[in-house]
Formats: sequence, C-alpha cells, structure tokens
Amino acid sequence: MTALGYNFGYLDENTKRMIRRALLKAVAIPGHQVPFGAREMPLPYGWGTGGIAVTASVIGTGDRLKVIDQGADDTTNAVSIRRFFAKVAGVATTESTAEATIIQTRHRIPETRLREGQILVYQVPMPEPLFRLEPRVAETRRMHALADYGLMHVKLYEDIARHGHVAISYNYPVLVGGRYLMSPSPIPAFDNPKMDRMPALQLFGAGREKRIYAVPPYTSVRSLDFEDHPFQPVRADAPCALCGSRESYLDEVLTDDQGGRMFVCSDTDYCNTRQTHREAAE
Amino acid sequence: MTPLDSMPLTPGFADPVADAQSCFRALLEAMARPGRVQRLAALPEAPAPLSPAAAAALLTMADAETPVWTDAGPAAEAWLRFHAGCPLVARPGEAAFLLASGPMPPLAALAAGTEEEPHRSATLVLQVAALEEEEAWRLSGPGIENSHPLRVEGLPDSFLPDWAANATRFPRGVDLVLCAGPRLVALPRTTRIEEAG
Repeated sequence: MTALGYNFGYLDENTKRMIRRALLKAVAIPGHQVPFGAREMPLPYGWGTGGIAVTASVIGTGDRLKVIDQGADDTTNAVSIRRFFAKVAGVATTESTAEATIIQTRHRIPETRLREGQILVYQVPMPEPLFRLEPRVAETRRMHALADYGLMHVKLYEDIARHGHVAISYNYPVLVGGRYLMSPSPIPAFDNPKMDRMPALQLFGAGREKRIYAVPPYTSVRSLDFEDHPFQPVRADAPCALCGSRESYLDEVLTDDQGGRMFVCSDTDYCNTRQTHREAAE
Repeated sequence: MTPLDSMPLTPGFADPVADAQSCFRALLEAMARPGRVQRLAALPEAPAPLSPAAAAALLTMADAETPVWTDAGPAAEAWLRFHAGCPLVARPGEAAFLLASGPMPPLAALAAGTEEEPHRSATLVLQVAALEEEEAWRLSGPGIENSHPLRVEGLPDSFLPDWAANATRFPRGVDLVLCAGPRLVALPRTTRIEEAG
C-alpha cells in the first residue's frame, strides 16, 4: 500500500521520464556524466537525493529494495530511505544482498558478489573526479571531451614522490571502458576491483551536482596506476572481531578511552550471515 | 472537420505509471545488455503501422521536451501527439527520438551530440521484421560478457558499414532500439557487430 497523495515512487511522471532518458544515455556512454534536473526531495542534499531520484525512477512493484549506508543496513540514513520507498512505492525491502533486486548504497559495495538482474544505485556527493585539480566545470568538461587526464596522473605521481604510494584511500579515480575518468563515489579503494566487469548494472546519482552516470554490466573499470606502482586495495590487517572474516572491509571501532579498539565488518549483512552460519555449525 | 479529427484514437498504456515503469526497465535492461531480446509485458494499442514495442518505447521516453520524428503517417502522429504530447519535427536531424517504420534514416544525418555533450544525441527506434538471439551477428562491447548472438531481419545492406562509422565517432553517436512486435533489442553506440561464420 503506497502513501495517499503521492505518485508511485514519490516523483511525478515527467521527472521520472527525464531521469529515465538521462539513465539510458548514461548507460550508452559508460562513465560519462549526464546532467539532469534534480527535484526537491523530502530530505536535504547530502542525504542521498541523487540516489533516491534514480531509485524512484527505476523501481517497480516487483522490486525488493536494500539500502546500505557505509555497508550497514541499520543506520539512520539506510533505515529512512528504506522506509521512504516502502511508503511511497509500497515495495518489499530486505537486508539480504542476495535477495535484493535494487541496492541503493552510500559509500560501499556489498561483499557478496552481485549478479545479473540486480541494480546497484550509488549516492554520489561529487561526480566530477577532477574537481580538486580543476575547479572550472567548463574546463573539466573539455578535459573529458579530449580524454585529457594527464592532470590526474600528475596527482598520483606527486603522491608517490611525496609519500611513496598513492595516498587516496577512498574515491579512488577509475577509467571506465578505457575512455572516461570516473569518480566511483567515496567507496573505499578496497571496493574498486568489485566494479570491474560486475555482472550487475551500476547507476550513479548526484543530487546536488545534478549528474547521472552509469557503468553497464561486464564493463572494464580500471583504477588508475603506474606499471611500477600498481594499484593496491588497502584493508586493515586484522580479522573481523565478530565473524572472523579476513576478506571483508573492516571498520575500526573504539571501545573505551584507554586505547581499546576492535575491527568489525563494515558490511552488516555479510557479517551477520557469517555469524549465523558459524553458530549453526557449532 | 478533417478526416483526422474523426478518426478514433486508440488507447495508450492501460496503467500509465506501472506500464511506463515496466517498459522503462525493459529498455534499461536492453540498453545495459545489448543483443538480449526483451519482451514488453504492457503494450499500448498503437495504430498501424506502429509496432506495439516501438509505440511503448516512445510513450516511455518521449514527452513535451523531446522533439520526435516519425515516418509512420498521420494516424501514428496523432496518436503520439495525444498520448506522449511530443512535438513532431520534419527533419530527422532535429529529433531526440526517431520512430522509423519504413526505410532506415541514415545514421550520419541524425543528432550525434558533441564531444562535450555526447548525451545530446538521437535515439533511433527502428521497426524491423524479426529479432532472434541466433548466430548471425556476434555482438561485443560494454554490457556483454564475451559475445552475444543476434539475428535481425529487415535492415538495409548498408547497415553494418553505417554502424561501424557510427562507432568511430565515439563518444558521439546514435543509439538504436530495434523493435519487432512486442519485442525489442537495444544497440548502444558502444556495441561492436561482427558477422558470424
């Protein structure tokens, strides 16, 4: 049952059609940022309005929606957005990565490998990967047109010269389909390899910056690097304190003011599933 | 009163919100996985010579903001004007969406966008005789794991060279939606086509 007084999915049909046209062009030109008209949402910019606009334009009654915030299903942002769509679209929601058909995410890619038939919707604060290097939008558009990404390579080189390694731990720039430089949104660099040739469709929505972009399934997504300094995803060198995983991305949690700390999986569904399996085995 | 005014107008989508959504998902899936045939579940009653899938694609994508070009004749034009509310243009080069039921308009004459704004390009919805996932062409490119088979009946002989020329302009270029009856296949500008065998 959807909320009375709202169109299905909250947005009006004209807006959905405009976003749908932008999505189709975004898929046709992998990694290229397509402008769209971001509508006012019942939550402020910075809370995932771009992702919500994309999800609202894509979602149907048959979908099952999962929303994660930094990997967690149970944080305020994730719970609010899940409830929002349960209310305005009447869709089923889930916390299980495997069961979801649409996964809206803030800053993580689930640990469970995504499959065909799933759509991953990223909330993007800043879609322009070059914005710290070149503040003029007109100039960055020109650079994308010419595939002139030397500036980013210089930045990576300077990092290596200064620190001995590329000092970017999240929002690590990627080259999509061998053509467009793209911001993967602030996911940890650890998640970057999951984007490469992913069987699921990846859609990106930036509400404040009013840009949509996409990576079709099975498309090459390469993290920028150098032959003598290959890209290396970073992960805390510890097992998860709850499920024992040595593969998953970890959050560091302070437990007291005496320097106590523990590492736990950032992906709550992955961690809970592993704990349940372990208990069942015991 | 002109004969057009007295012609009965057939309905569009029975449930406009849900039908447009399901049709869009088929289009998105088609564009994301080139060569896979999508069968549309919700189809409008379009006047001849419009195929149901082509008519549904236009209803899903076109509105007052998108100039549309079509060769499908006055009944189809009236139907599109009423249900999609789209302006119709006479020159193919000015259209955001083209619905071709007859000869294929030359790809080189359509809007291909600019280097900076390649998304300002036309989408050509082309009605063809048949679409099958059979080994006549081998498709590759983004959205395709290795290669994907496709057989299309009813394209002009010059299609493959024209399509190859379209790809050389990347990121500029035209995207294609092929429709036959209730089925459609999308070929985004990134898809490469080889003849099998």
